Amino acid sequence: MTETSIAIDVRNAVKRFGAVTALAGASLTIRDNEFFTLLGPSGCGKTTLLRLIAGFEEITEGEILLYGEDLGALPPNRRPINTVFQHYALFPHMTVAENVAFGMRRLGWTKADIEARTLRILDLVKLGDLAARRPAQLSGGQQQRVALARAMAPRPKVLLLDEPLSALDLKLRQAMRIELKQIQKDTGITFVFVTHDQEEALTMSDRIAVMSAGEIRQVGTPREIYEAPLDRFVADFIGETNVLDATVRRGSDDALTCHLTNGAAFPCHASVPPEDGAFAHVLIRPERLSLVPEAACDTGLTGVVDQAVYLGTDIQYGVRLDDGPDVLVRAQNVGADAVTHRTGDRVGLAIAPGAARLLVD
Amino acid sequence: MRRRLDIRRYPGFLPVTILCLVVLYAPLLVVMVYSFNDSLSITRWGGFSFRWYMDIFTGPESAKFKDAAWNSLTIALCAATASTTIATAAAVAMVRGGAFRGKALNLALISMPIMVPEIVTAVATLIFFSAIGFTLGYLSILVAHIVFCIPFAYLPIAARLQGIDGSYEEAAQDLYASRFQAFLRVLMPLMAPGILAGFLLAFIISLDDFIITNFIKGAGIETLPTAIFGAVKQGIKPNIMALSTIMLSVSILIVTLSYFISRYGRQGTKAGA
Repeated sequence: MTETSIAIDVRNAVKRFGAVTALAGASLTIRDNEFFTLLGPSGCGKTTLLRLIAGFEEITEGEILLYGEDLGALPPNRRPINTVFQHYALFPHMTVAENVAFGMRRLGWTKADIEARTLRILDLVKLGDLAARRPAQLSGGQQQRVALARAMAPRPKVLLLDEPLSALDLKLRQAMRIELKQIQKDTGITFVFVTHDQEEALTMSDRIAVMSAGEIRQVGTPREIYEAPLDRFVADFIGETNVLDATVRRGSDDALTCHLTNGAAFPCHASVPPEDGAFAHVLIRPERLSLVPEAACDTGLTGVVDQAVYLGTDIQYGVRLDDGPDVLVRAQNVGADAVTHRTGDRVGLAIAPGAARLLVD
Repeated sequence: MRRRLDIRRYPGFLPVTILCLVVLYAPLLVVMVYSFNDSLSITRWGGFSFRWYMDIFTGPESAKFKDAAWNSLTIALCAATASTTIATAAAVAMVRGGAFRGKALNLALISMPIMVPEIVTAVATLIFFSAIGFTLGYLSILVAHIVFCIPFAYLPIAARLQGIDGSYEEAAQDLYASRFQAFLRVLMPLMAPGILAGFLLAFIISLDDFIITNFIKGAGIETLPTAIFGAVKQGIKPNIMALSTIMLSVSILIVTLSYFISRYGRQGTKAGA
């Protein structure tokens, strides 16, 4: 990868507010034309990092480079980066068109260029017929589109989005995820998206950085983050997961087997193979487990169905393992002929190939 | 379902309400009604007429009243403009300036003129002006009015500004506006209802100030309140009632205006609203 294809290069960025450290040395690179998501719980520093990139906060230590150039202490109005704010911050005293034109006017575009671009961008977000309205006359979803249009209109090199979908209701939010992704692809603008919603992150992102307590825990594609979490936090934060304590045995052919204290043993995988006899956590996603008759169980994981919850698309079972912890199992609701289990049934657990992953502390 | 608490059902509500209304407004009503009295007496009704209104503009005292009215209006206009400008700057610094040393002290200093008894301010201002050799007259009244109008202009402006989400200015700066452009094109228009309300309040406060003005006006210049006071000292003539009624009408008009402006402005200041 050449230097120019990196849009944003964050190098050991630290931000302190008085005695509070909001960002404790974050480093990451965001590629050109990428949909990049900063994901984490509230207070993890994702918004602080976004505000550092935008220029609303001054960086305490470290540096942020935009296409190879240090942004330093440049004020927000000197950075070719635009933001879609969480609550949109549309100027209430201006029409939709005036809102969209605001950035281009400040940049000194010609009147003709501004008009053409405003029409074009409002068309893109499907608001062409609402140009003369005021923000207060628009629905939440429409306001969101105006905010997006306003931020994209001056052709920023990078677009920052601060939880822009959080104020919308579920249906609209789901529709907007797909649309946002489509707009990003069509325009080729690099998107940096902040959210605490893991589903949102998985649906839209090319790559995700999972953050916690001011640090970046893992950067990877949605699949990498979901299927090969690097640590316990990432595994817990992204989706549901079962965590079992086990001892790892390394076979002659380097195949790994993990042994639970209750005698169950099954093959497992690790990105970095641990020592023979090492203690480790085994992560298994609920949907990669399935319920089988006890007799047909080859993992040694047997137990009693503790609860069965109907979720619509899935049925979620809580299974109490014999001499072991509770695990969650999620079975797709395939229809009326699906085998269902009741509370109190004895069952065995089957693990999908490659689904058991090791985390070594 | 439980009935909502209705204050009108409290024992004694009606008599107390009527008493308050009578005490507060009966004198004003009397003045207004008798300003249309076609008689020299201020207590006996002699029929309806605009006689005393004509008297203000054409009678023997009309020149004095016209001068006083002109002084009052120009001083109120200038004082309100100057104090609103200063109050706007102060509000932006106080509300948007983040935490700085002496912020609480600053706020106390800004709002002090409201708390200090006016007579104290009047005496202090008089002593100060004499000490520095400032000639008492139109200019001294104006300067004093600018000063004591600042807190009255400040309050509605600061209240308005506090209700404006900070992300508007960030959005403006994010969209390539300099700090000044962000203030001029985004913050100012959003603050406008507060600024106008502050201006009108300062205007009214200046227009009807008596105590401070009376102390520092010097000889040979009158504002409406001091002119009315001077006229009353020589006996109350019905033309004073007419003049008072006009001033009351102007005040009511401006206060009503200010109320509707601030009510209109309360819509749409929260981001996303």
